Formats: sequence, C-alpha cells, structure tokens
Amino acid sequence: MAVRVVTDPGPLETPVVTSRRGIAGTVGRGLSRNRKAMAGLGLFGFFLVVAILAPVVAPYDPQSLQFDQMLQPSRAHLLGTTGTGQDIFSQLVFGTRESLLIAVAAGLGATLISVIVGVSAAYLGGFSDHVLNLFTDVFLVLPTLPLMIIVGTYLNNRGLAVLIGVIVITGWSYGARQLRSQALSLRNREFLEAARARGERSLYIIVFEVLPNMTSLIVAIFFGAALYAVLAAAGLQFIGLGDPNSLSWGTMLYWAQANGALLAGSPVWVLAPGLCIAALGAAFALINYAFDEIGNPALRPVKRRQ
Amino acid sequence: MSYLVRRLEFFFITLWAALTINFILPRIMPGNPAQAMIVRFRGRVSPETVKAIEVAFGLHSNENIFQQYLEYLRNTFTGNFGTSVTFFPVPVGDVIRQGLPWTLGLVGMATIIAFILGTLLGMLSAWRRGGFFDAVMPPVFIVISAFPYFWLGLLVLLAFALTLNWFPLGFAYDLTSSINLSWDFVGQVIWHGTLPALTIVITSIGGWILTMRNTMITTLAEDYVKMARAKGLSPVRIMFMYAGRNAILPNLVGFAMSLGFVISGAILVEIVFNYPGLGFTLLQAVHSEDYALMQTLFLMLTVAVLVAVLAADLLTAVLDPRTREHG
Amino acid sequence: MITATTTQPLLQVKDLCVDYLTERGPVRAVDRVSLEVAKGEFLGIVGESGCGKSTLLFAIARLLSTPAEISSGEVWFGGRDMVSMDEEEMRHLRWRDYSVVMQSAMNALNPVMTIEEQLGDAIHAHLRLPHRKLAARSAELLRVVGIDPVHLHSYPHQLSGGMRQRAMIAMALALTPDLVIMDEPTSALDVVAQRSLMVKIKQLQREFGFACVFVTHDMSLVSHFSDRLAVMYAGQVVEIGATRQVFTDPKHPYTVGLMKSFPSISGPLLPLTGIAGGPPDLARPPSGCRFHPRCPRAFERCPGEEPDLYAREQDLVRCFLFDT
Repeated sequence: MAVRVVTDPGPLETPVVTSRRGIAGTVGRGLSRNRKAMAGLGLFGFFLVVAILAPVVAPYDPQSLQFDQMLQPSRAHLLGTTGTGQDIFSQLVFGTRESLLIAVAAGLGATLISVIVGVSAAYLGGFSDHVLNLFTDVFLVLPTLPLMIIVGTYLNNRGLAVLIGVIVITGWSYGARQLRSQALSLRNREFLEAARARGERSLYIIVFEVLPNMTSLIVAIFFGAALYAVLAAAGLQFIGLGDPNSLSWGTMLYWAQANGALLAGSPVWVLAPGLCIAALGAAFALINYAFDEIGNPALRPVKRRQ
Repeated sequence: MSYLVRRLEFFFITLWAALTINFILPRIMPGNPAQAMIVRFRGRVSPETVKAIEVAFGLHSNENIFQQYLEYLRNTFTGNFGTSVTFFPVPVGDVIRQGLPWTLGLVGMATIIAFILGTLLGMLSAWRRGGFFDAVMPPVFIVISAFPYFWLGLLVLLAFALTLNWFPLGFAYDLTSSINLSWDFVGQVIWHGTLPALTIVITSIGGWILTMRNTMITTLAEDYVKMARAKGLSPVRIMFMYAGRNAILPNLVGFAMSLGFVISGAILVEIVFNYPGLGFTLLQAVHSEDYALMQTLFLMLTVAVLVAVLAADLLTAVLDPRTREHG
Repeated sequence: MITATTTQPLLQVKDLCVDYLTERGPVRAVDRVSLEVAKGEFLGIVGESGCGKSTLLFAIARLLSTPAEISSGEVWFGGRDMVSMDEEEMRHLRWRDYSVVMQSAMNALNPVMTIEEQLGDAIHAHLRLPHRKLAARSAELLRVVGIDPVHLHSYPHQLSGGMRQRAMIAMALALTPDLVIMDEPTSALDVVAQRSLMVKIKQLQREFGFACVFVTHDMSLVSHFSDRLAVMYAGQVVEIGATRQVFTDPKHPYTVGLMKSFPSISGPLLPLTGIAGGPPDLARPPSGCRFHPRCPRAFERCPGEEPDLYAREQDLVRCFLFDT
C-alpha cells in the first residue's frame, strides 16, 4: 500500500434517518424550499378545498335539469349550460370530488403494488428477482389504454371500482422499477448490517429500516401514479368507458363530445373540464418533478451569474 | 452478446404475455361476450363462422384448454383473427390492414420528430444552464406534458381549425378524393395530418426534453467532459461527441418503452380528429363490443412497441461499445 | 520569491484564491496560494484529502466548474495572465502549451470513442495534419509511453488500468506542451504499476523537457521524483522548497508530523505517530494559523494572527516559529 498522509479519521458519514418525524421533516423542508413543489401543492390544495366545500361553492344542484340548454356563459351561469340543461359550473365543482377520489385512490393502489413488487424483487434476489423484473417490464411495455379498454369492456361494469382497478393494474409498473433500484442500493448499507447483526428478521428490516429511507421516493412515485391516474381516467371516461351517469370531469367531456359541443359553438363545455384535468395533472407533475430536483441538486434551477 | 440474448428473451416473453392475455381474458371474465356476438350474428352467418367464433372464445368445445390454446396460437400466427362485428362480415385482419398505415404514418412521424427535437432541446438546455431557456422550459413542459392528449387535441382543433381555419377539421384526406400517389394527394395527407401530429409532438416532447436534460446534466459533470474542455476542443464537438453521445445511451431503451404510453395518447388524438387509423377503429370496436377486433388491435399495438424496443436495444448495442463486451 | 533558477519562470501563480459558492455563502478552498515553476522543473504538491490541492490544480488549468470559481489572484503563463483570459483565448493555449492528466483514466476517457479518436481529437483541434501523419503520430505517442499501437482501435474499457493511465499521458504529450499538470495519476493503480508509471513519467520528462506539477497524497512517491515540494494544508501552502531539503529537514510542524507518520525502510524502528485531530471545516477555518488546534508547538501568537510565508534556508514556511 502506498503510504498515505496519516491523520485521524473524520466522523462517519451520517446518513440514515430512522425517526418518522425526522423523515417527514426533511421531506417537508425540502419541498417547502422548492417553487415547483409549492405551486403543485397549492393547486392540489385548491382542488381539495373545492371538493370539500362543493355544496357551498356551486350555485346550483349539478344534476338538476331545469335550465335552458346550451346556454352561453353569463352571470347566471358562469360557464353556460349543457345539452340537457345542467349548469356547467356546478357540475365542474361537484365533479372535483370524483376526479380527486379516482386520482388519489388509484395513485395509492398503484403505489402500494409498486412498493410490494419492487422491494420484494430487490430482497428476494436471484430467480425471483428475475421473474418479478420480467413481470414488471412486461406490464411496463403493454400499451395501457388498449389494455384498459379491453378489461373494462369485458367486465361490463362501469363502476368506479372497476375504473380504479383497471388504472391500478396498468399503472404500477413504472414505480416498481425505480423502487427496486433504490432498494437494491440500500440493501448493502451499513445500517442494515447493524440491524442484521442485532438479529432482526428480514421483514422487520424491510419495513422499519429500509422503507423509511425510501419515503421520499415512495411519495414521488405516488404523485407520478396519481398523474397517470388522472390522465388515464380522463381518457377512459372520454371514450365512454366510465359510468356516463357519474359526475366527474371526464364524463363531462364525454357528454360534451357526444353533443358535439365544439362544433355547436359551446367550446366552454369542453374546455372547462379539460382545463381542470390538465391543472390537477400539472399539480401532480410539478410535485413529482420537484422530488427529482430535491434528490439531485444538480438539476435545480441555476441563476445566471452576471 | 448476452445483452442481446436478454433483450430477445424479453421480447418473446412479452409477446407471449400479450397473446396469453388475449386468450385468457374472454375465458375468465363474467358474462359471455361470445354468446352475445353469436346472437347478434344469428341468421346472417354461415355455420363455419359461428364455429370459428366458438373456437376463438372457447365455447361448446370438446377440446381441453391446452388444445384450445394451441388452436388459438395457430390461428394467430396464420393471420386468422376472426370476423369483425363492427364491419361485418369483413375479417378482422383486413380491417386492421386498412387502418394500420395511417396510424403508423401519423404516430411514426410524430414520434420521430418529437424524439429528435426533444433530444436536441434537452441537450441545448443542459448545455446552457442558467440561460433563459433552461430556466423557463422545465416548468412549462412539466405542465404541458400533464395535459390529456385529447384535450390538447381539442384545443388545437379549436384554435387552428375552427377559429383560424388554417387546417381542416379532421380525417386524413379530402373525402372527395380517392387514394392515389399523386402530389396533390400527398399534400392533402400532410395538411390533414399536421394538427394531429402537432398534438402528439407537443404532448410527448416534454418528457423527452426533460429526461435528456437530466442525463445531460449528469454527463456534463463527468471527467471526460472536463478532459475534452482541457484539450481545447470546440464546444460543438464536446456537446455532441462527448456529452450528447453518452447522455443519450441510457435513455434510448426508455424512450422506446414509453411508446406504449404515446400510442395510448395517439389513439385519443385519432378519435378527436376522426383520423382513420387504428385508434379510431378501436373506438368503433368498443362501441360495438367487437371483442375480436379489440383484442387483435391490442396485440398489434403491443407488437409495434416491442419492435421499437428491440430496435432501441440494437441501437444501444451499436452505439455503446461496452454492451458488446460483457453484455 | 525564491525560485529554483534565475531565468523567468514558466508558470507563476500569484495570490490565487478559489471559492466554492454554496447556498450558505462562499467557502474558500484555496487561500492566497503563490508558487512558481521553472522550465523543465518537477514540482510536487502534497496534502491530505480536502486540503485544496486538486482545486488549485484545476484553477491553474482554468478547468473549474460551478460552483467553484477563481475569486482573485493571477496565473502567469507564457507572459499572459490566464485568469483574465476568456474561454475563446484559452482554447488556443489549451493542450498546446499545457496539458492535463487526471486521476482516474476510466472516468477521464470517453467510453464511446476509441483511443485513436481521442488522441486524434486533441491534435486535430490545434493542428491540421493529413490523416496518415495523424495516425503515425498517434502510434508513435503510444509507443513512447509503452503501449502497443494496435490498441489505437481499442475502447477504454478494453485496456487495463495501467494502460489507460499511460494512454492519458500519451494524450497529454500529443502536442509536446511546456507544462503538464497531473492530478494524482497513480492513485488508482496498484503499487507495482504506480512505480513503473512514475519511472516512465520521469523518463518522458527528461526526453521531452516539459515542466510538471504533480499533485498527490502519497509523500514517498513524490519525494523520489520531484525537484521541489509544496505542502498544502486547509487551502494554504504551508511549506515549499527543494524536495531533498523539505524531506530531510521539514520545518513546519505539519510537515514534520507528515514525515514522522511513515517510517523509512532503513533506519531504526520507530513507533508510528499520527497527527491528532482532523482537517478543519473550510467554511469556518480556525482563527489565526489554521494548523494551531492540532499543532504540538503552538504558542500564544498562533490563534491570533495569520502567519505569512517566512524564508529559512531556501525553504518558505508558514509558521511563526520561523519569523525572525
């Protein structure tokens, strides 16, 4: 060995957060300093508030058919009325509830499966890893909309549960890949050796030592999955595979398209729900990207030095 | 070489998975779609066709499931996909053959343009960190890429076709013309195809710009880029030969795999623009509960994505000498 | 300034300061470093990790990347101050007048280009040579460092570590520069390869006549091959002088500690001693003399003032003990 300049070693790299409050704190702090995250969270919060306060915000009952049809936007009807005489603005407000529900529920479901598959693949290793990997990649590659369409049509049940289920089945694979890589890299870190030396069982190690350190990635994946869910739900409902009698932004678009709103001179009917979908999607996308920036400081916005 | 072997393994397994999904779904789903089809067909088809449908869906069959599976596979590989309900009595294969070139053309062109533009813009953005483009571009494209494909299509339609009247409202060519190879016809195709292609490009390019930008930023910090600077090479050469060529490598296969997502979006765009490709066909199939057509479309689209992935794998092997060694 | 020869030095660094612009404010990694290198001279720079030696090197070569930047000082080379030159002017100097050899050839060589392409790159950027001459020159360069020219068509990952390092040196000599800057080129190699590489470098230096600034943490290696030695600590030069002098009669307490921390292979058996404590946080360096918290000979003056470089027997030492 070459002779190195000798000095006492410095303190060991501190890395690992184990207290739950510590994790929430670091993630929270990271997010609050990031403009994209704040913008995204703000938008999301806005929709959340609207959903909760829907009866207060909406001027009319969204289902009532009492108004004249296809009215242009006016003081009485902020966004006009639909082809069956319902107030568009009220529909939009109430529709927030179902759209948010689908996004969050499907997002959570997909994230849960991603975590199970991704982390298991990393820990089981060997052949199981190979198989799970292949399984993940196959689902990743299959075109999602056609698959969702086929499953949805076969099931012939247009309910919410089916919609969410179909989105979860097609949406988990992207996250699983990322989780697997991170779990693999964490697998050999010293703190795990310490846990193993203490005699902890693998499952304990995974749940209490590894997962907390992957929190940031898991949250990021949730937002990515929620984004996918928003767009997928919108797409399916637009085609008519959602429940046409339910009230969400996607079904509004379906009815608008069915009534030829764009060509009939009522573009607002089409633009408004689409804008909300885009906004909610954008919120999730911004938060998701913010996590990338937090994890890799090199990606953060650089100020041009004069 | 083991790199290519692994990729081929993936190709065949995914293909097999798609085929098997198509086989299993009708047999495990509640309700009986085949019966519904037959009822609708009653009196209008020959007994052979009824038999074919029964075979395809596994009804009234004395064969066990494995024999059915083999029969199904044989049918698929000989191009016998059954008869379409929507376009009765045209066989599914023919229906698809009609729509395929339009979709391939539209999606193919749009994706290639988006890929090339996206990669270049991503490189430039990383190269000029702190510049105006780099500061403004990420949030703008993050937001745009979250737009539903069809909504953007509707916006584009509203803006450029309805309001400004620069482009037609839909379809692939003027309905009064017939399909031929004249310049006039080609011009029409391009004119009609511009808005749908534009929609696909705008929505998909964001993801590629951002991915390329991110890999490029990491690559620019590498020692060999520093060496290139130290050697006094021209900035253009450094950006392309040293940084760009290395930054793009990990992304190639990822780009191909995201095609599944692009195709899903393209389907919706076709629907918005009434473009006579496979997406539009899929919509019609859904409305007539034409299972044979739907499933075959799914299979075709999967094959398309797989071929793209394989092509990307080959391209990576060509561009990255390291994969050729250890695999 | 005491110089090794009386002619105009090749490289003159004057009060160079390099800051890292962090979120918490600028952190000074190189603090008012001055040194000179004469033509054909071999200057070694040693210090522990984090002392700023690599940063200094890249600053001299104008290869710093954000967030590091030169905040003040001058680097005179070929009669011009490089700090004040813009990138376009620098490009003309690069590789022709001075070149760089980096620590890890695996990272410093472009993985998707052949050795020939990378060698040719450097030459082609500055000289227009017909293809045949370029190929001949590349082959000759490889031969000179001891690599079979058949490897021109190899990719970096196909060569062994030692060969890659030699290929880098071949590249550095492509345009026969006056100065070659080397950042720990042997650290990634095993002992045998290290030694043979050093011998080769020294031999090439004699043949081609270039000056060399060689950064390393390996004292023994550099002491055998360098003419002059500079010791860095916490971003400052604490001792600089002829290698033999510094080695046999170290003056600064830090240098003394370094020398004592490895025994010579001949001579009496001595217990190993280290230097207590660890290197300081450069964001908040100790007051006065930066070494005083760890110095066995510190006295009242040390925490209060910052020492200059004081001359003693042809050495320069940054320590109040030598302020006469």
